[in-house]
Amino acid sequence: MNFADMGPLIQTALELGLFSALTVLALYLSYTMLNVCDLSTDGCFTMGATVGAVVAISGHPYLSIFAAMAAGMLSGLVVAFLQTKMGVESLLAGIIVNTAWYSVNIAIMGNSSLLNMNKTDTIFSILKEKLEGTFLASSYKLIIAFVAVALVVTFLSFFLKTRLGLAIRATGNNPDMVKSSSINPAFTTIVGLCIANAFTALSGCLLAQSQKSVNIDIGSGMVTVALASLLIGGAIMSKGGITRRAIGAVIGAFLFRLVYTIALRFNMPAYMLKLVSSVIVIIAISGPYLKKQFPLLQRRMNLRKLNREGR
Amino acid sequence: MLKISNISKTFNPGTVNAKLAIDNVSLEVKDGDFITVIGANGAGKSTLFNAIAGDFITDSGQIFLDDTDITLMPEYLRAIKIGRLFQDPLRGTAAGMTIEENLTLAAGRGGWLSRISHAQREEFKDMLRELGMGLEDRMKQPMGLLSGGQRQAVTLLMATINPPSLLLLDEHTAALDPAAADKVLKITKDVVEREKLACLMITHNMQSALQLGNRTIMMNKGKIILDVSGEERANMTVADLLQRFKELSGEALDNDRMLLGVE
Repeated sequence: MNFADMGPLIQTALELGLFSALTVLALYLSYTMLNVCDLSTDGCFTMGATVGAVVAISGHPYLSIFAAMAAGMLSGLVVAFLQTKMGVESLLAGIIVNTAWYSVNIAIMGNSSLLNMNKTDTIFSILKEKLEGTFLASSYKLIIAFVAVALVVTFLSFFLKTRLGLAIRATGNNPDMVKSSSINPAFTTIVGLCIANAFTALSGCLLAQSQKSVNIDIGSGMVTVALASLLIGGAIMSKGGITRRAIGAVIGAFLFRLVYTIALRFNMPAYMLKLVSSVIVIIAISGPYLKKQFPLLQRRMNLRKLNREGR
Repeated sequence: MLKISNISKTFNPGTVNAKLAIDNVSLEVKDGDFITVIGANGAGKSTLFNAIAGDFITDSGQIFLDDTDITLMPEYLRAIKIGRLFQDPLRGTAAGMTIEENLTLAAGRGGWLSRISHAQREEFKDMLRELGMGLEDRMKQPMGLLSGGQRQAVTLLMATINPPSLLLLDEHTAALDPAAADKVLKITKDVVEREKLACLMITHNMQSALQLGNRTIMMNKGKIILDVSGEERANMTVADLLQRFKELSGEALDNDRMLLGVE
């Protein structure tokens, strides 16, 4: 690999990183703030992609973005409803919805598991046309991804400081305290999951439209990839305010993709992505736990040694 | 103001672990009443508080607060009129959020999308200054950095920032060191007097049970077995109280902390 390769490599990583950063920001809201591990992320991501594709194919490139986000909100509403009003465990609710959406997504695509957008007008093809001949011609994907991420980060850093945003954060922190503030934690959970899933769906929609195709597996494993990015971001910016940590999540998404893209160049097979992301999540979550266990382990070793010597 | 009529609650009904935690309890609390609640371990004191606050819905009976039937009202709606403090200072506040964010949520002013205003911040600052704990300069620090006493004082502030009709204090000073407990108790007395709140306070300190407030009730096995106020209460000593318990329940008071006289 030479340095001339690095430019396009970084650009690809940046594009893919920014697209998935939208999902990472969704988890930043649901996992970090609301303390709900929303396993419907995969299905919701795919739903955003399928709805976005179908609406775009029917000739509404701009509407497709909002339609995808609305579908995501609906998906979030279903998950939140199951866990707050129907007594379904939060993890289980996500898994069930995820499974259900597999059928729904195929139905949305008209009984097909693959849709092609080669000849479809999307915001990407429109922007590409507009930028033709300028020096930005090759960065149209990057521009859209960057604008979307910037909008979501701005929204989150504003929203999480409003009274509703505070209530959502408190729900993840101490639901008892939310109740004693006369706010229904079921309500804040529903709102939080609806907003988070709108971003997840947006993420799926933009990825599908940028690669001009959607298949039913587009979102599979997304929750782990996003979680890995989120935890990497958290390791970089563990301290600081809401905005700083949101930006950290975006950087985490980019770094994850960068490392992955470089690994691909070093002939790591593409199918390793999910194994790698799972290992990252395991290390990030169990690392602090093992670190805490370490003194105990050390003590056990020492005692064993002492006992042996004593005998 | 608070009227409880014939409420009962059995936990784990129909199993070997069935426990009648509240047994046909009736109680009327008048405006401005400050009632101390005492009783043995497992007598149903906290369960009674949980029933009033709405942690669970009672099996039978009715509860009225300010002439509104709150028997079936969910906990978060009752919280508009009922302020509550627990023994555990961590329960009342969100540790990961700053002092001012906690206070903002408790104050609940403005629309859902409103942010903390300058005026509100100043108001919080004045309230915190009154606690005399130097917290007015730490409003942007996370709640988790505060000591137990400080957190409990802020919780009290949060519970009374919109004066409730009724304040439930469940041994709210028991987990604090003596100095902090005194301080929090003093703040409690001040706020109860200033806002003329009706207040129920569980305590294991027999002395303060008789000194504080204007009325004392004693619980045993899910029932209220003694309800004293006025002159009778004024002339009562701790020994009298223990004697009355023995007479009424047929056994000695087995609250270990009470017997040891631990603060």
